[in-house]
Amino acid sequence: MNPRLWLRQVLALALKEFLTILKDPKSRFVVIGPPLVQFIVFGYAATFDVTHVDYAIVDEDRSPESRDLLSRFAGSENFSLVGELGSVNAIATSIDTQESRLVIHVGSDFSARLHAGRTAEVQVILDGRSSNVAGIALGYVQAIVGEWGREWGSARPGPSIEVVERAWFNPSLTSRWFIVGGLPAQIALVVVMLLTSLSVAREREQGTFDQTLVTPIDSLQILIGKAIPPLLLGLFDGLLLSAGAVHWFGVPMTGTLFALTAVLTVYSLAVIGIGLFVSSLATTMQQGLLGAFIVIMPAVLLSGFTTPIENMPEWLQLATVANPARYAVAGCRAVFLEGADLTAVGRYLLPMAIMATLTLSASGWLFRHRSR
Amino acid sequence: MSDGVVIDKLSLTFKGGSGRPALSAVSIEAPRGAVTGLVGPDGAGKTTLLRIAAGLLLPAAGRVRVLGLDPIVDRQELRERIGYMPQKFGLYEDLTVAENLDLYADLQGVVGAARVERLERLMRMTDLAPFLDRLAGRLSGGMKQKLGLACALVKSPDFLLLDEPTVGVDPVSRRELWRIVDELVVESGIGVLVSTAYLDEAERCTQVVVLDDGEVLEQGTPSDLAASVSGRVFLLTPKVGALPRQIQGSLSGRQGVLDVTIESGRVRVVVAHGEEDLAPCAGGEGIESRSSAHPRFEDAFMAHLSTRRARLEVGEKHATRTSTGDGVAVRVRGLVKRFGDFVAVRDVSFDVREGEIFGLLGPNGAGKSTTFRMLCGLSSITAGEATVAGRDLRRSGKRARARLGYMAQKFSLYGSLNVIENLRYFGTAYGLWGRRLKTRIAESLAEFDLGPRRKDPAAQLPGGYKQRLAMAAALLHEPEILFLDEPTSGVDPIARREFWRRINAVALSGTTVVVTTHFMEEAEYCDRMLIMSRGAELALGTPAEIRESVRTIDRPDPTIEDAFVVLAELRASQQP
Amino acid sequence: MNSSTRPTRGRRAAARRLRGFMRKELLQIRRDPSSIALALVMPVVLILLFGYGVSLDAERIPVAVVLDHPGAAGADLLARLTGSRHFDASRATSLFEAETWMRDHSIEAIVHLGADFERQIAADEQAPVQLILRGIDSNRARLISGYFDAVVGTWSGARLARGERALLPPISISARTWFNPSLRSTDVLVPGLVALVMTLTGALLTALVVAREWERGTMEAILVTPLRATEFLVAKIVPYYILGMGGMVLSVGLGVLLFEVPLRGSFFALFLLSSLFLLASLGLGLAISSTVRVQFVAAQISIIAGFLPAFFLSGLLFDLGSTPVPIQVISHLVPARYFVSASHTLFLAGDLWSVLWPDALALFVMATFFIGIARRRTGTRLDS
Repeated sequence: MNPRLWLRQVLALALKEFLTILKDPKSRFVVIGPPLVQFIVFGYAATFDVTHVDYAIVDEDRSPESRDLLSRFAGSENFSLVGELGSVNAIATSIDTQESRLVIHVGSDFSARLHAGRTAEVQVILDGRSSNVAGIALGYVQAIVGEWGREWGSARPGPSIEVVERAWFNPSLTSRWFIVGGLPAQIALVVVMLLTSLSVAREREQGTFDQTLVTPIDSLQILIGKAIPPLLLGLFDGLLLSAGAVHWFGVPMTGTLFALTAVLTVYSLAVIGIGLFVSSLATTMQQGLLGAFIVIMPAVLLSGFTTPIENMPEWLQLATVANPARYAVAGCRAVFLEGADLTAVGRYLLPMAIMATLTLSASGWLFRHRSR
Repeated sequence: MSDGVVIDKLSLTFKGGSGRPALSAVSIEAPRGAVTGLVGPDGAGKTTLLRIAAGLLLPAAGRVRVLGLDPIVDRQELRERIGYMPQKFGLYEDLTVAENLDLYADLQGVVGAARVERLERLMRMTDLAPFLDRLAGRLSGGMKQKLGLACALVKSPDFLLLDEPTVGVDPVSRRELWRIVDELVVESGIGVLVSTAYLDEAERCTQVVVLDDGEVLEQGTPSDLAASVSGRVFLLTPKVGALPRQIQGSLSGRQGVLDVTIESGRVRVVVAHGEEDLAPCAGGEGIESRSSAHPRFEDAFMAHLSTRRARLEVGEKHATRTSTGDGVAVRVRGLVKRFGDFVAVRDVSFDVREGEIFGLLGPNGAGKSTTFRMLCGLSSITAGEATVAGRDLRRSGKRARARLGYMAQKFSLYGSLNVIENLRYFGTAYGLWGRRLKTRIAESLAEFDLGPRRKDPAAQLPGGYKQRLAMAAALLHEPEILFLDEPTSGVDPIARREFWRRINAVALSGTTVVVTTHFMEEAEYCDRMLIMSRGAELALGTPAEIRESVRTIDRPDPTIEDAFVVLAELRASQQP
Repeated sequence: MNSSTRPTRGRRAAARRLRGFMRKELLQIRRDPSSIALALVMPVVLILLFGYGVSLDAERIPVAVVLDHPGAAGADLLARLTGSRHFDASRATSLFEAETWMRDHSIEAIVHLGADFERQIAADEQAPVQLILRGIDSNRARLISGYFDAVVGTWSGARLARGERALLPPISISARTWFNPSLRSTDVLVPGLVALVMTLTGALLTALVVAREWERGTMEAILVTPLRATEFLVAKIVPYYILGMGGMVLSVGLGVLLFEVPLRGSFFALFLLSSLFLLASLGLGLAISSTVRVQFVAAQISIIAGFLPAFFLSGLLFDLGSTPVPIQVISHLVPARYFVSASHTLFLAGDLWSVLWPDALALFVMATFFIGIARRRTGTRLDS
């Protein structure tokens, strides 16, 4: 067949797909709504930084040392003092009723032990109902107490250890960089998955797929034609919101734009393959939508987007190898924060390219072979 | 008075619509103990009227009483006394037949012995008893409609509202549905208000209301209405060798001719004034003889409506194609389709000759759609061979597909794309481009009169335009064979006639047409046809041959529909 | 009018209609694999994924130790690191080598002891230890830094025990975490997940059910039967309430049995609060469904108005107190927020009614509000 005609037919298919997506208010919404909601939610609500933790104090020592130590907390923006408790007996109520999320208790022998060169103790009582906040807040407490101790100790003789911390790629350890850095991959996933999972199912439900199948167009052409619009729209959303991440949320962009585009492109192709596969199996739009949902949930959870893959048990870590989102999230972060260029993201591109090849061929085959 | 449906000067205009009233000052009386038929083209307001009577819509002006009750104010009481069957009946397809019936029995408060007796009677009436445990979604179209009717009748209603109950139902099931309705009217004296697109059904009604554009055109008994065209209906017998559809083609659109149909191999004409309207074609055009015919309701209906409609010009196309090869467009030998254990098509063989209109007929589930889908390359072939336009479907599907045009039963072009965009897409898909694509689109717009609507999204086109667009898209690449799947299902009588005139023109230009239909009177438009039943061939031949095969002394002049019913019953009695 | 001529009047008839329509709903649920999947399989998948997959506790973190000038103190610290369950330490010959490892992601932190370290320790001087972290996952970086501090602390304790001088600073922090002493994130995630599971059945599945009746044309036939709007709604709520509670019991059971999450509160309190939350979710789903009447749109709205907030604005995964004020305000409109808070207390603390009552009240108000909207939108005509 004439290759120019072949290409022309692919373009006609892609144009038709574009028009069906952009002319239908519901599909148009998919391109705009979810990305925007995600941008806001992930940018503002999804944070592991803990600020203004309500805390109460019990100071039984009432020495200059204890007051000085406790004043450090009042000065930190991570903490917000709700009050001083009269005695240790009041701690239980304060925590139970969620009036405070942690209580700092300085015992009556605090300063005496310090001066005697013995180890002085500060007790911290945390509300474990939110283990995440508790863990992070405890870290802050450790840092403040540690620093105070070092300052106090440096004026006196004796060996001391000073831990000098340096964090690469994110010196101030802003968790927003971490979350927002993975966001383009996240957005591309949702947009591309919703668009593709419906694309064949909608045509099957409305009967238009048959009308296309009776034309001389072959499966490869349909595949390419169906892949182009979600690819471009996913890429558009991903890049647009990347720009938002950099200019709105102040995430640094240390890598190359080219590498970011490459990661998003190969990733979108892999997701398109999965989406079209789901869509080809579905006979109704409801099934397609539900299928998309069933894919998106685990793909997000097992991508390392919010919680590290390294913390998962071995077998589950193994399962994430087949999750394209895992590579894309890591790839995006590498570009934003680690200064990755195309060669540096190669390790993420390869597995995604393999997945794209497999899923796209499978769904192309299904077009004609899933007949009633 | 509490009898039946009384509607007085009813009006309703939908918000957000075209602003044209859906109903304007409609007055109707549908008494108990009678069947009142509502007929009219699509969009005439039939469904709206029934919905208002059922209390589902709020009328803007006018007075509506059903059994003496106001459908809005006395809603609860009314809903206990009427039966209503919407056009797309609300069967729960994932429930079995029995579960659907039980649901409606519970909702209607039919209990105890009365329930057992009622359900038994409905089973007898509808012959659904063997299928009680089958999911409603797995029933054939006809059985679904019967089940829908049964659900509406679970509680013996005082009045029954039916909205196009027989759309998409094969002739055998249609006759049964009407038998059930007649029984109810005669035995229980209930009233029935039924809308229908089938004009032969209107003939069975006690009285008929003709609606068009939200207005009542006429109201009376079918025979009274038919009498209005008395003396203006003629039957023309073609000469040996002349095709009735050629005569039909040349007569339709002529001055003074209101309606032309084919009936049992003859041409039926309704004229505006009298015999003189046929004078110009007295001798020629292959007409052997002419006789006066007894007028029917359908003649009057068409005569009346055609004067309200603009005339449709179907351009004459000249034979552009010359035969390539053996003169066989589609050759099928020993075709078999299996879905698991189920054999949908068993060992079917036939030829379709070039340039002919070939019909695939049969009730729902007969295997005609499956056969059709295999020929278009939409379904794989289990066994046997099929050649389309000289290409083996199993080996060179792509080449074969390039030579055929396909129009699906349901409108299946892209609804959000406009007319031009749809045509451009399908044109390119069929390998047209550049200047040729442009010319063909321009030609199609003119030919199908789509020009003024070129920028309208396909989904928003009125029914008739959708049909034209679908056909234009299927013919854009000037295919050798045109496949049409139930092209006239759910289409009103006027659009149906227009459609067949176009098909005629296409066939006259040399394109082969393969069409499935369950309208048996449309079988008369075919040159030859295959009637299928339960996956196998029931009869194959010209309409005349098939009619001839069932002619007896009791049935001196059978129609195709009669032939079908006789053959189907014969086959059923042969198989256990 | 007596009951024989009007069999559809009265309580018995209403009960029969209700029973019949409810049975229909149950049959439909039973026959639709996708609703079973969403209501009963999804919870299991979610619990397993979260139970195993979403953990903020890190173990065996690969670190490199660079000793510029090997000696006793350095070896001692290295041994402490190797002994910790949090670290998997390996020696690098040079800082350059360690940095290479860091770049290709084979380690997550570098502990660097300078050439002067041994001398400084011996001379009782201040000895700096450099800890280099990958800051990409800031949360994890902080965690690692905390673990490292703890290791230094134990080292100091060991020195003291051997009679050597303690390392300064001489302050130890004794942290006691109530309700969840080992700070297991599973113990917090699983109670919160119950909210998500019930949102799936409550809001997502029911968002489809009324819209489906409209789309398939069954609504038109049902409207003309004597079934009243209230009966219709009750018959829609009850089966999905049962299904949602089933999902709840399933996820609580899995959490308690498989992940050993404590359930310190009473079953009664759990039943009461989850019922209220489920009714609020069902109400939301039905209100969406009867308003938009198109399944696709209903599903979209339900995901955006029900599912996403339950995930992100409920305190399930992220701390609400740390979000900007507008987000906090919005979160007060999310039913899941109240349930997650109550559920945490219920599982980890017990029946603390002073905490539970306000949440229960808020859920009750929301349930009433949403079901009220659904009732209003369920009309008796096509044009209502």
